[in-house]
Amino acid sequence: MGRKLLLEHDNKPGIQGLGGYRANGGYRSVEKALKTMSPDAVLEEVKKSGLRGRGGAGFPTGLKWSFMAKPPGVPRYLVVNADESEPGTFKDRYLMERIPHILIEGMITSSFALGANVSYIYIRGEYFYVYRILERAIEEARAAGWLGKNILGSGFDHDIHVQIGAGAYICGEETALLESLEGKRGNPRIKPPFPAVKGLYDCPTVVNNVETIAAVVPIINDGGEEYAKIGIGKSTGTKLISAGGNIKKPGVYEIELGITCEEFLNSDEWCGGVEGRALKAVVPGGSSVPIIPAELYFKTAKFEQRLMTYESLSDGGFASGSMLGSGGFYAYNDAQCIVRSTWNHTRFYHHESCGQCSPCREGTGWMEKILYRLEHGQGRTDDIDLLWDIQKRIEGNTICPLGDAAAWPVASAIRHFRDEFEYHATHPTKVKDPKHFEKEPFKRVSRPMAV
Amino acid sequence: MATLKAVTTTEGTPPFSFSAEGLAECKRLIARYPEGRSKSALLPILHVAQSENDGWLSVNAMDAVAQVLGIQHIEVYEVASFYSMYNLRPVGRHHLEVCRTSPCMIRGSDDIIAYIEKKLNIHVGETTKDGMFTLKGVECLGSCGTAPMLQCGAKYHENLTPEKVDALLEQLRNEPRNNYTDR
Repeated sequence: MGRKLLLEHDNKPGIQGLGGYRANGGYRSVEKALKTMSPDAVLEEVKKSGLRGRGGAGFPTGLKWSFMAKPPGVPRYLVVNADESEPGTFKDRYLMERIPHILIEGMITSSFALGANVSYIYIRGEYFYVYRILERAIEEARAAGWLGKNILGSGFDHDIHVQIGAGAYICGEETALLESLEGKRGNPRIKPPFPAVKGLYDCPTVVNNVETIAAVVPIINDGGEEYAKIGIGKSTGTKLISAGGNIKKPGVYEIELGITCEEFLNSDEWCGGVEGRALKAVVPGGSSVPIIPAELYFKTAKFEQRLMTYESLSDGGFASGSMLGSGGFYAYNDAQCIVRSTWNHTRFYHHESCGQCSPCREGTGWMEKILYRLEHGQGRTDDIDLLWDIQKRIEGNTICPLGDAAAWPVASAIRHFRDEFEYHATHPTKVKDPKHFEKEPFKRVSRPMAV
Repeated sequence: MATLKAVTTTEGTPPFSFSAEGLAECKRLIARYPEGRSKSALLPILHVAQSENDGWLSVNAMDAVAQVLGIQHIEVYEVASFYSMYNLRPVGRHHLEVCRTSPCMIRGSDDIIAYIEKKLNIHVGETTKDGMFTLKGVECLGSCGTAPMLQCGAKYHENLTPEKVDALLEQLRNEPRNNYTDR
């Protein structure tokens, strides 16, 4: 059993309410920080912990906080990104639904370090019922004096509000989120200026993922060094993984960073193995990260054990690796079709492109059409090179990373499963049946490691 | 699926005004933002308006939102047309939003959609003749571990099977409209 820092009290009765949360040691980090520490000391602990952004990018949280501009007389904001929309990811929903107070506690402690007197949670519109849970939890915290003026007699004032979105993946990008929080379309802003200088209402702002802010609680309670003892190298602490797809036990798991990928997939403590059939491929960190074939999930190109860490999962770059991303893990068995899945991913990005940048707006649509025709038996062999060409022209040519996120799943699918794309172009009648690999799995003709 | 056109005229649509509770809710939402930043409340207030307008945003409803916030009509239209949860044309009493993105697809969302289509005799994007159900295919709802699933109002219906869909449809026939804003 690994250590659990966020989900330790997950199954305790009443943990959703303030009483149950408090009875299990809740709000200790606020007491410790506000009564015994300076804001800079809190920041220092977060730096020492090695905590990295849990939303997907993995940027060091302490460093991000240290960029916060502090012009006198200008309010600063902490904004929590609860717009969790990355396909395959549902950990933040689980955490907020089960233990809403851990987020509120983390926000108070973090805001103290940042000098923010008001913070916002921006939650995706589809999670309306979770929004109600958060509203209730904030009310409880306010009534008990954890929010408001002069918290615990420290002189620190803080209040938290929650804002509901309305269905837009792009609002998970931090500047699009800020636009949306200001009541506008979710169009990402050009950076610089970064939110730390000019964010919400043009004021200095830090935007962090739900899980990142929740992790501040154990970091302050036990100390940054203690947190950094868990994990390997620059992947410290624990991480919530949302596990789905063709596995025996889908769900949200808290792992110590550094367990092997094999253990995570096959152990009964976690996914419990692949359901029924052989493992074909894995998306380890949400739909935007490269899809990798089974053998590259278990072992790197150097034949080393692959570990659940930021570094190990990306070992080999895009030629043979992937990314830990948001921890949205899903596995494909051999009845699944990679072309169908790639078409599905691309439809998603086309639907979610905000439309500001032409390469993304147009390119995602072109890719969707080409993948549709390949999957439906109307494709040509040169469609594969065309797809490769389009994705390359999207990557790196857009304001925000949605363009890259749309390009990578296509690139990795072609890189590792080119023979399956070719099969679709040359066997139009076979692939017309939507479940074309269910009776007979696709037999790979070659196993190219890289293009 | 063809893109369904928004209703962009007030012609033939009923007038709209917020209920007293709706207005109180708008005030409560506006109070969350700093002085002079009330436009921030636009997204949540549009949800309130949609719930009070049979599940969709008519031009009249959007204009009422503009009035409450003291902003231009276009500022409301451009936002309402950006986000996928705002319906810019009438929908059935129950809006069935089935997730169809990859993690759900792997676990059989295509079959669930086909089953509902057959059962209700409509395609994705259409409403049943009696106005009871609208079926929509949506992108990842963050419920991949409990796939396949659908959302109706604020409720998630997870780990769907044809039997569960049957029971749900029966149950919904006897229920009033489920809104996102339901408590």
